[in-house]
Amino acid sequence: MTQPARHAPLVLALGLVALALVFLVLGVCIGSTGWQAWTDMARDPVAWQIVWDIRLPRSAGAWGAGALLGLCGAVAQGLFRNPLADPYLLGSAAGASLGVCVALALLGVSPASLEWLAQIGLTGAAFLGATGAVFLTLVLARGVQHTLRLLLAGVVVGVVLGAASSLILLMQPQLLQAMQGFLLGSTAFVGWGACLLMLAVWCLCTLAAWLFSPVLDGLALGESTALSLGLPLAPMRLGLILVLALASGTAVAQTGLIAFVGLAAPHLVRSLVRAKHAWLLLLSSLMGGVLLMAADLLARALIAPQELPVGVLTAVLGGGYLLWLMHRQSAALAGEAT
Amino acid sequence: MSRSAHALRAQGVSARLGGVQVLHPLDLQLEPGRWTSIVGPNGAGKSTLLKVLAGLLPHQGSVSLGGRALSQWPARERARTVAWLGQGESVVDDLSVLDLVMLGRLPHQPWLGKPDAQDLAVVEKYLRQTQAWEWRNRSVGALSGGERQRVLLARALSVEADILLMDEPLANLDPPHQADWLQMVRGLRERGTTVVSVLHEISMALQADALVVMAQGRITHHGACADPQSHRALEQVFDQRITIHTVQDQWVAIPTPSTITNPL
Repeated sequence: MTQPARHAPLVLALGLVALALVFLVLGVCIGSTGWQAWTDMARDPVAWQIVWDIRLPRSAGAWGAGALLGLCGAVAQGLFRNPLADPYLLGSAAGASLGVCVALALLGVSPASLEWLAQIGLTGAAFLGATGAVFLTLVLARGVQHTLRLLLAGVVVGVVLGAASSLILLMQPQLLQAMQGFLLGSTAFVGWGACLLMLAVWCLCTLAAWLFSPVLDGLALGESTALSLGLPLAPMRLGLILVLALASGTAVAQTGLIAFVGLAAPHLVRSLVRAKHAWLLLLSSLMGGVLLMAADLLARALIAPQELPVGVLTAVLGGGYLLWLMHRQSAALAGEAT
Repeated sequence: MSRSAHALRAQGVSARLGGVQVLHPLDLQLEPGRWTSIVGPNGAGKSTLLKVLAGLLPHQGSVSLGGRALSQWPARERARTVAWLGQGESVVDDLSVLDLVMLGRLPHQPWLGKPDAQDLAVVEKYLRQTQAWEWRNRSVGALSGGERQRVLLARALSVEADILLMDEPLANLDPPHQADWLQMVRGLRERGTTVVSVLHEISMALQADALVVMAQGRITHHGACADPQSHRALEQVFDQRITIHTVQDQWVAIPTPSTITNPL
């Protein structure tokens, strides 16, 4: 028996890694001083600083956040058997927003406190908010046994925490501008520390998700059939939700709310190769990294020397792409069926 | 296919769904190597009983497999022994037919292991048996209801379990493929597989060795399909709205129209 395109996942993985390296080089070259910083970095300490301390961690950070979101998207879509599931499904985005909002409100918005927050507390507050929201979702859903209950609890937590953030912003409108950077998503302030943190979380989460991947394969047949195949659904579902919480919480804490990367990456991979989740998780993650790097490059280049918020760009491009993909797949399925 | 004599037995089994008692305490013993059909009107508890027998639903009472409580079987060993085909299984559309059927081999593969030559041979065998081999590279979403049902059947068969539990396996199948299914079940039985099927096609159900008749969460009759008492129990449970006749040495259930005047 022959299996067509048996090496396609490996080829795609290598292609995505190569593309990420190309984007990394491009990311180093793009900025207010253009290619010059890249060519002068050997002899000019300022150019070196621009490349090493600003551009390189920014591009690497874009890959890290995108890879975490892509992984989350693949986990969420497999776990909830829903192609529209995204990394923020269990309330992590609303939780992170509320975390940042509360931190800003508590500490005020004076320049000194903002600086302190940016260096010490803002990402921590976002992470606590994101993971706290997922925990609240689990409590409201009374565990991980019932998928529908989890989804509903996630929606409720998202709406309620979103409303709480809005209320704080209504009472303290001066926070709006400070919140804007977080809500629109940005990779501009990612440093090496954040990169290393995201890399460590990515390694941990990818390994865990890969270990649990047979459960996601089995769930493609429905819960009863997955159980009948001897898959330990309950503990592994909890493990996958923890992966979702940790990875999405880390990404959102470092780069703010970046839309569509987590949703689009698994769809893109599935449109290119058919693979089991052991591959799909890794490929979606690599695809997410490449997508966010590409969006970050565009955000920096489109209206240079100014920048667009990367989250706005991912929303516009990702949404448009998904619509196109949906149209193309409908046409392909219709053709396959006839 | 290796076959061992595992008898499936339910003792004092009952179940509630959403606060409603859908199964009242019942006992049932299914002999190994026989085909048993479970029949009854809608809402009789047939699918619930089958899920309980498969160990897929919380219940009171005990279900044992080969004299050992089902809950004490290691999950993967149980999965290799009892295969399940659910009613109207919803499958993620972008899976290929081959990948879907290969999932039936999960209990035989090491965790995160790749399918070996035997897995591939088994999958090919059942895809050919269900005449689905030609679409092995198509996505499930592109299949018709009947084609999808044949693929799902191939998935359940590829487990190669001693016991095969099927809930409405004939749904969406056209008459020729229903006949193929019947032949396939007879072949399984000859090889010693215990087959339990919930069926709404009474004439097909009457081809089994034994008949379990259910109504309102209870077993009202359990006997051989050849037994006239089983036929009477069937007619009774459907309020005499079917009659069992013999056509060319086979029992056939013929529905009778309602006495209620159709307002149209």
